[in-house]
Amino acid sequence: MFIELGHFALALALFLALIQSVVPLAGAARRLAGWMAVGRSAALGQFALVAVAFAALTHAYVTSDFSVANVAANSHSAKPMLYKISGVWGNHEGSMLLWVLILALCGAAVALFGSNLPRELRARVLAVQGMVGAGFLLFILATSNPFLRLVPAPADGQGLNPLLQDPGLAFHPPFLYLGYVGSSVAFAFAVAALIEGRVDAAWARWVRPWALLSWCGLTVGIALGSWWAYYTLGWGGWWFWDPVENASLLPWLSGTALIHSAIVVERRDTLKSWTILLAILTFSLALVGTFLVRSGVLSSVHAFAVDPSRGSFILGLLLLAIGGALALYAVRAPALQGGGLFAPISREGALVLNNLLMATATVTVLLGTLYPLFMDAVGGAKISVGPPFFNQTFVPLMVPALVAMAVGPLLAWKRGDLAAALQRLWVAFAAAAVVVLVGLYLAGFKPVLAVLGLGLAAWVAAGVLSEWAERVRLFRLPLGESWRRARGLPRASYGMSLAHFGVAVMVAGVAASAFEQERIENLRPGEHIAIAGYELRLREVRTVPGPNFIADEAVMEVRRGGVVLDEMLPQRRMFTVQQQTTALTAIRSGLAADLYLALGEGDAATGWTVRAYHKPLVSWIWLGALVMALGGVVSLTDRRWRLGVAARRPAAVPAAAE
Amino acid sequence: MRRLVYLLPLLLFAALAGYFAFALISGRDPRELPSALLDKPAPAFDLPGLGGERLSAATLRGEVFVLNFFASWCAPCRVEHPLLLRLARQEGVRLVGIAYKDRPEDSRRFLAELGDPYRAIGIDRDGRVAIDFGLYGVPETYVIDRQGHIRKRFVGPLSPGQVERELLPLLRGLARL
Repeated sequence: MFIELGHFALALALFLALIQSVVPLAGAARRLAGWMAVGRSAALGQFALVAVAFAALTHAYVTSDFSVANVAANSHSAKPMLYKISGVWGNHEGSMLLWVLILALCGAAVALFGSNLPRELRARVLAVQGMVGAGFLLFILATSNPFLRLVPAPADGQGLNPLLQDPGLAFHPPFLYLGYVGSSVAFAFAVAALIEGRVDAAWARWVRPWALLSWCGLTVGIALGSWWAYYTLGWGGWWFWDPVENASLLPWLSGTALIHSAIVVERRDTLKSWTILLAILTFSLALVGTFLVRSGVLSSVHAFAVDPSRGSFILGLLLLAIGGALALYAVRAPALQGGGLFAPISREGALVLNNLLMATATVTVLLGTLYPLFMDAVGGAKISVGPPFFNQTFVPLMVPALVAMAVGPLLAWKRGDLAAALQRLWVAFAAAAVVVLVGLYLAGFKPVLAVLGLGLAAWVAAGVLSEWAERVRLFRLPLGESWRRARGLPRASYGMSLAHFGVAVMVAGVAASAFEQERIENLRPGEHIAIAGYELRLREVRTVPGPNFIADEAVMEVRRGGVVLDEMLPQRRMFTVQQQTTALTAIRSGLAADLYLALGEGDAATGWTVRAYHKPLVSWIWLGALVMALGGVVSLTDRRWRLGVAARRPAAVPAAAE
Repeated sequence: MRRLVYLLPLLLFAALAGYFAFALISGRDPRELPSALLDKPAPAFDLPGLGGERLSAATLRGEVFVLNFFASWCAPCRVEHPLLLRLARQEGVRLVGIAYKDRPEDSRRFLAELGDPYRAIGIDRDGRVAIDFGLYGVPETYVIDRQGHIRKRFVGPLSPGQVERELLPLLRGLARL
């Protein structure tokens, strides 16, 4: 009953989305207030209906209603409740429904909180949102219906892939989709601006929070995915340059460029057509990623169940959305000329440098991801592009970005003074030099690049702190006065500092991975592994029952200098329904290093294989990503986004004086 | 001229979309690699065995078997491994392994850790046999029939879908011949 209701609600939502994509657009063209207002109600209605559909599917999962094909294929009655719920989006159909739900949520948010937008712009943005929504709703209803019934209903479900039964992964897709879909709002703003034929500082101010929100979602989503890979796959890797990972990294890179170039539009009223292009590109890359993952064109460890009809449908959506937007861009963007040339050594110059590097990185990763496919298509050799390619191209692009990252915020708008900025960075120079020298002294010259990477992290971190100290005139004014200034700094400024500091933390974590140690040994009870000054003694291996698995659990004592510090319990879980084993690693996580244990196969007679890793600073990678996202959130709370936006210049002609 | 610059993104996208359409319509499985040796005799090999006895193509002749190249250092091999165990233990598939560019003690540890699905294992330290087979990388899996001809090649880790839809039906067919 609920299921049919959900199906019906989804069909109605499609109907509303179609209205939303046509009526407000026509209303904006003819300046009919009533027609434009339709967009608002339609967006709210669409969200309510999609929410009903999503609730219906969730209900079926929670109550284990195996008469629903989707539930039967992906759930099981003996699964913990958390994974019954996360199972809703642990499959193709359900994840598309979550996609559309977040899309409708963003549409509703524009409708609700966009009252300070000019009527026409809001109507057009909602119309574009409606078109995207209609496309995806049609896709779900036509090719990926999660509400299909099974007759007769099976007694129990096939269960969710055990690797996916994990708290990290339960929240990975929602954040990622928030990122993808958030970029659809920036896209809608870009297309609406192209239709209107005007982009100004106010426009940038409306777009930037959405681009930021999307960027935060992607940052957290990617970090969660990487963290999950780290602790479940059992050998401690955290990034594989897998096509699907790249698909999420691509919109992140262009989104990073977008949030920086939008600042230039807002402050200097220039770089407009480029910013519009980035907004279109970011969402396009999210769509291309969706296409690659779900069409079967690309092979990957993540690939969803493949169905060619889905592939052609998404390709059609791509053509309409991206092709349409880019065609509009080709026609309208030449008229958006504004601003003018500016000095390369200036704040905006630094932001453009960021854009150049991020855009180049985007193209590089895109090429690396698609090149093997392309070679195959033209009948060339089958090749694979692996981590070495990305490490050799991506890293050299990020190094100048990091070097400039400390300098850029210290440059003034319009005309900066590089020498003065560098002078203020003497602390950063010193910090980087100390870290490099100490690193070389401790580690020798072996992983010299890793030591330089740590130095770069210190440079960025100290650079961020110097910039903050500069702003509050620390030690140059009385402390009380500095404190007053620190409190008076806008949230957006703290957001930037936090985000940049997060980058430094992450770079340190990545660089330190060169110092990890690995020991793989076969242990009987009483024997031990020695790693990085720790002694890991296997006391026993016991059998532990779980809700839907049986596990071998090793009890490992962690000793250092003869003192027992801790007990670690790595497990090997045998999932009975799927006949699949997964490793539950035991990680003793710390700021300085992680001690990482995975239990392999074995028995009492021959002993058990135990893999132990010592990974310095590895948790900094995800900590850094979280700090970055936190910076984005802090920036989002800036009162600038809520006030002063309505002051839009009356003339459509951009200021030519600049 | 300047208009052309603004047209560029659209043109690039058109090329990309055209290519996507081609990839989709051609319907080719990106994981499928036709073997140049398909339906031709498998290259002869004679390798030291991990268990002690030598492994040679001649001694394997006369039975259908599945030849799997693996290595302890190869991460996708770990992904594929549970499936191999299932094939060997539940489906009774005759699996023969070749440890590619791997130290014997590492191969042994790998198998001790994850379980050993192979009837016999050859040690291809220098990768010569792999070159004869035209190996792209590990893991790679070949189906070889009674006459010693290669009937199918799977590049990369086997997936449950490939096993159900392609490998097992092919083996059943070959067993009936």
